[in-house]
Amino acid sequence: MKGVTLNMENKTSSKIDLDSVFSVKNVSVNYGDFVAVKNVSMEMYKNKITAFIGPSGCGKSTLIRSFNRMNDLVPSAKVSGEILYQGINLYDQNVDPVQVRRRIGMVFQKPNPFPKSIKENIAFGLRVNNMTDNLDDRIEKALTQAALWDEVKKDLDKNALDLSGGQQQRLCIARTIAVEPDTILMDEPCSALDPVATKKIEDLMQLLVNEFSILIVTHNMHQASRVSDYCAFFTTKATEDGRRTGELVEYNDTKTMFTNPIQSLTEEYISGRFG
Amino acid sequence: MSNELELSRKSVPLIEKFVKNFIKLSAFGAILISIAIVLTLSTEAINFFQSPEVTLKEYFTATRWTPTFKNPEYGVLPLISSTLYIATIACLISFPIGLFSAIYLSEFASKRTRKIIKPVLELLAGVPTVVFGYFALNWITPNIVQKFIPGTGVFNAISAGMAVGIMIVPTIASISDDALNAVPKGLKMGAFALGSTKRITALKIMLPAAISGIIASFILGFSRAIGETMIVTIAGGQYPELNLDPRSAMYTITSSIVNVSLGDTPHGTTAYNALFALGITLFLMTFILNLASDYISRKYRKVYE
Repeated sequence: MKGVTLNMENKTSSKIDLDSVFSVKNVSVNYGDFVAVKNVSMEMYKNKITAFIGPSGCGKSTLIRSFNRMNDLVPSAKVSGEILYQGINLYDQNVDPVQVRRRIGMVFQKPNPFPKSIKENIAFGLRVNNMTDNLDDRIEKALTQAALWDEVKKDLDKNALDLSGGQQQRLCIARTIAVEPDTILMDEPCSALDPVATKKIEDLMQLLVNEFSILIVTHNMHQASRVSDYCAFFTTKATEDGRRTGELVEYNDTKTMFTNPIQSLTEEYISGRFG
Repeated sequence: MSNELELSRKSVPLIEKFVKNFIKLSAFGAILISIAIVLTLSTEAINFFQSPEVTLKEYFTATRWTPTFKNPEYGVLPLISSTLYIATIACLISFPIGLFSAIYLSEFASKRTRKIIKPVLELLAGVPTVVFGYFALNWITPNIVQKFIPGTGVFNAISAGMAVGIMIVPTIASISDDALNAVPKGLKMGAFALGSTKRITALKIMLPAAISGIIASFILGFSRAIGETMIVTIAGGQYPELNLDPRSAMYTITSSIVNVSLGDTPHGTTAYNALFALGITLFLMTFILNLASDYISRKYRKVYE
C-alpha cells in the first residue's frame, strides 16, 4: 500500500500538465455484505488510455461499472468513497445516473448490438439523446470513426446480428461514440473476438483516444502493454471470512509498470508467474 | 465355441427394452389420443351433415341455432360470431393488462415486489372457471356493467367477456414475462449505457426484442378465450340468433355444446350429432390459432448468439 501512495505522489508531481477525468478516492464496492473491491484511490487522465489488469475476481469490472453508475442496476451493489468526474461527485444525490451514462459511454465484453438494422443501432442512441438533427451524417461519422463505414455503407439496413463478432463490437463502439460522450469505458471489449478483430479494435482505440478518454478493463496484459498509457494492476486478497476482495496493487504509466514495477506482486503477474 | 466373444443382441438386458418402449408409448399416447379425438369428432360430424335435415350450406349461412326446437335450424354463424365477439372483448381486457403487468414485473418491479405479485397472478390462473362465471353473473354484471351501460341484460356478452379476459391475464402476463426475461441482458445494459431511461429501455428495446413471445402469448390467450366454456355458459346467456349487441345475451359454440349435451337429446339424433359438428368447428379454430402462434414465434424469433 505504501508503494502505491508514494507512486501516486510521484506521478502527480511529474504529470502536472495532465487534466484529470476521474478522481477516485477510497472507493469500495459491495454486493450485499460482500466486498468486491476495496479502498481504491487513483486519478485517470484526459485523452489517455488507462488499462485495468489483474486476475479474475479482482474487482476491475466491478470498479469500471461504478464509473458510469451501471452498478445501480444491480440492486445489492453499493459504492462508497468518492468518484469525481471532472470535479463532480458521481454519487451525489443530485446526480442523475441517466445523465452520467450520456457523458460516459460503455462498451461491453460481449458485443451487444440491438436486434435492429445497423442504422437503427446508431440512431437509437441519437434519438435517446435528442441528437436527431443530421441523423444520416451523424451515423456516417460514427461508423467512420469506428472504422466500420467502408464495410457496411452499402447495407445499413441489414440486421446488426448478421455482422461478424468483430464488426458487431465496432458497431457497439460506433453507437457509443455517436452520442458524443467524453469518456468511453471498455469492459474487456476484445475477449470474445479473434486476434484479427482484436487488432482492429486496438488500432481503433489509438485513433479514438485523440477525442475521448478511454478506460479499458482487460484480462490480457499484453493488450494492456500495447494500447494503454497508464495501467492499474489489481489482485484479490483473501479476507477473514474466506472470501476474496479486490485491491489495487499498483498504478503507474504503462512503460514503468511493464519495465520497472515497484511491487513484487506486479512483477510476478506481468512476468506470468501467477494469474 | 465357449470362448467366443459375446456380442449378439440378446445380451441387451430386457429392462432396457422395456423402459424404452414404455417411454415411447407415453409419448405416442398423446398423439394417439389426439387422433382418436379427431376421428370421433369427424365421423359423428359426417353423420350430421349426411342427415336430410341439414346441409353444409345451411350450417354456414343460416342465422339461428335451434337444434332442439320443433323446427330445428342449424346455423353456426351466430355461435361463431358470439364466440369471436366474447373472445375479442376478453382480449381487449387481457392483452393490455397482461402485457403491462409483464413489463412491470420484468423491467420495473423490485425483486421483492416481483416475489409478491408473481404468485398472486399465478393464483388467479388457478381459480376454477365456474367461480369466474358466477363472479361475472353476480358481481360484474350488476355492479359494473349494468351501472355504466344502460340496457344491459342479466346475461350479456360484456360481463362474460370481461371475466374471460381476467381469466387469461395470467397466461398472457406469464408468457410475456418469460419472453422479456429471455432477452439477453446485454441488450438492456447496452440501452442503459447509451443513456436511455427505464421507460425507453423497456418500450423501445426490450419489448421489440421479445415481440415473438408476446404475440404468441396473445394468440394463445385468444385461443383459450375461444375455448372457454364455463364462464360463457353461466354469464353469457343462450340467445340463439345472430346478434351483435354486447349488452344482450349471446350463445357461444362451447355453451351450445354444453346446453345440448346437458339436455335429454337422444343419442344418434341430428341434434346430438350437431354437437360433433360444433366440436370440430371449435377444434379447427383453436388448431389454426395454435399453428399461427407457432409460426409467428418462429418467424419473428430473434436469434442471439
